[in-house]
Amino acid sequence: MAVFLLALGYGLGWAFTGSGIGGLVIALIIWGIMNLVAYFQGDSILLGLAKAKKISKQDHPRLFNIIEEMTLASGLERMPDIYIIDDPALNAFATGRDPKRASVAITSGLLEKLNRDELQGVMAHEIAHIKNRDVLLMAWCAVLLGTIVMISWWAMHMMWFGAMTGGRRSSGGGGAGQAVILLVVLVLAILAPIFAKLIYFAISRRREYLADASSALYTRYPEGLASALEKIGGSKLQLQSANQATAPMYIANPFRKKGRAAADLSSTHPPLSERIRILRSMAGGASFANYEEAYETVHKGGGHALGASTISSAGAVGLRAPSPEAAREPEPSRLERHSEVSDVLWKKNDYRTIDCNCGTRLRIPPKLKANRVKCPHCGTVHKL
Amino acid sequence: MIAVWVIIGIIVVLLILIAGTYNSLVRLRNQVKNAWAQIDVQLKRRHDLIPNLVETVKGYASHERETLEAVTSARNLAQAAIGKGVGAQSKAEAELSGALGRLLAVVEAYPDLKANQNFLALQEELTSTENKISFSRQYYNDAVLGYNNKVQMFPSNIVAGMTGFKEDEFFEVELETERAVPKVSFS
Repeated sequence: MAVFLLALGYGLGWAFTGSGIGGLVIALIIWGIMNLVAYFQGDSILLGLAKAKKISKQDHPRLFNIIEEMTLASGLERMPDIYIIDDPALNAFATGRDPKRASVAITSGLLEKLNRDELQGVMAHEIAHIKNRDVLLMAWCAVLLGTIVMISWWAMHMMWFGAMTGGRRSSGGGGAGQAVILLVVLVLAILAPIFAKLIYFAISRRREYLADASSALYTRYPEGLASALEKIGGSKLQLQSANQATAPMYIANPFRKKGRAAADLSSTHPPLSERIRILRSMAGGASFANYEEAYETVHKGGGHALGASTISSAGAVGLRAPSPEAAREPEPSRLERHSEVSDVLWKKNDYRTIDCNCGTRLRIPPKLKANRVKCPHCGTVHKL
Repeated sequence: MIAVWVIIGIIVVLLILIAGTYNSLVRLRNQVKNAWAQIDVQLKRRHDLIPNLVETVKGYASHERETLEAVTSARNLAQAAIGKGVGAQSKAEAELSGALGRLLAVVEAYPDLKANQNFLALQEELTSTENKISFSRQYYNDAVLGYNNKVQMFPSNIVAGMTGFKEDEFFEVELETERAVPKVSFS
């Protein structure tokens, strides 16, 4: 992708100012500024967009503990900040420009729906994104893509003007040669954005495979993530606050429609059913080599998911059994999980809670002016 | 003349490569040490949780005196074993895991206790601490693997040999009690 940017910059610079190097420098400056903005402000913008609420250990101990466990398993230096998004859609994402300043967010819908093993798998996937610096990589690629698109657009605009007015600075050399070069630049300006986009999506998909493989490695239990993805795939709810720019960082493509073609080139995530099948085919162990093997089994010899250096960096590891029955018994049921999550959200939105003697739970909005509240169920009056 | 410059260039590149390899060996070894320290942190956390657990259970299941005492004494032994070497420490910790497992099995018969909010929160903490202990051990083993690979593989083994980096040991599970998954049946 960088090659496209540089070629475009150089070509345009040469065509319009007679100095290729000048064009290159300008392209690099634009790229640099956009990178800095994304680098410094990226995660707060993203979390603000999603209306995420930060939680502490007391708010939701299970989620906090799971993330702490995965931080240990992955060897991350600092546990990421944890946010909950009030949305019934099933999704989670990770953000943060370097592993020391990262955050993880999950929707309330997903938090309610998953059991402990599945939640562990999802969080391991998000933490893998942080550990592998995918957030930085994808932001960098996005900025690169944006710069290419912007410059191409500008180039087309200028060409159009140039053609219309007929005035063009001559920079020596034969007219025919100049026209050919201009044609090349024009073609580049049209093709570069298309190719850059395809490359961007391919990179995004590849990093998703890596995150899935890392999740299996950290938890030693690929079935957890597989069944979580199954639950996610079963839901058609669209996430309210996602947009094109933030899509790669979510665990499931927030824009997916059911029944999308398997080899869709313009998708930031590989298809869910394929990811589930790969995870479930990991029979021999939980390492990257096993993931690669499973990938090849599912794809019948077509292509690789992980690079060779990634595979060799981790050795052979065994799978573990699912949590034993005794440990799983006291796990909260779906209804209890729902109560937990809504309690957290009410609290984070500054609502007070009053438990009436009849069993009703009253939620008082933060700015209520009255000093007395009547229980709608039994009529008891509570003083505030 | 050119030949001299080329040789100097090659030497400089080699030095840079050697320095880089040495640095990555140092980094990996420090990761291993850090991972080891993490295991201790989690083990300590478990020690700190146990008195609270024993108190909560006592309130509901006072008949189970023996099991409770076993847990408390196992915990004290494990605390005493800190600093007495890896072998002694892992043995004591395995005993503690066994005692805890027996206590949790016994607790299954007390529905009042199982419904108590305090106990549920404690149980989540315990489950999580057990998980954290095993994940920190897992990460320690992964870190040791990465480090050993670097020490043993060519060409970094040359640098390792020159500068005295040696392989580290994996954390192996030593006692049968720890390996066995507790089976609880309700017949």
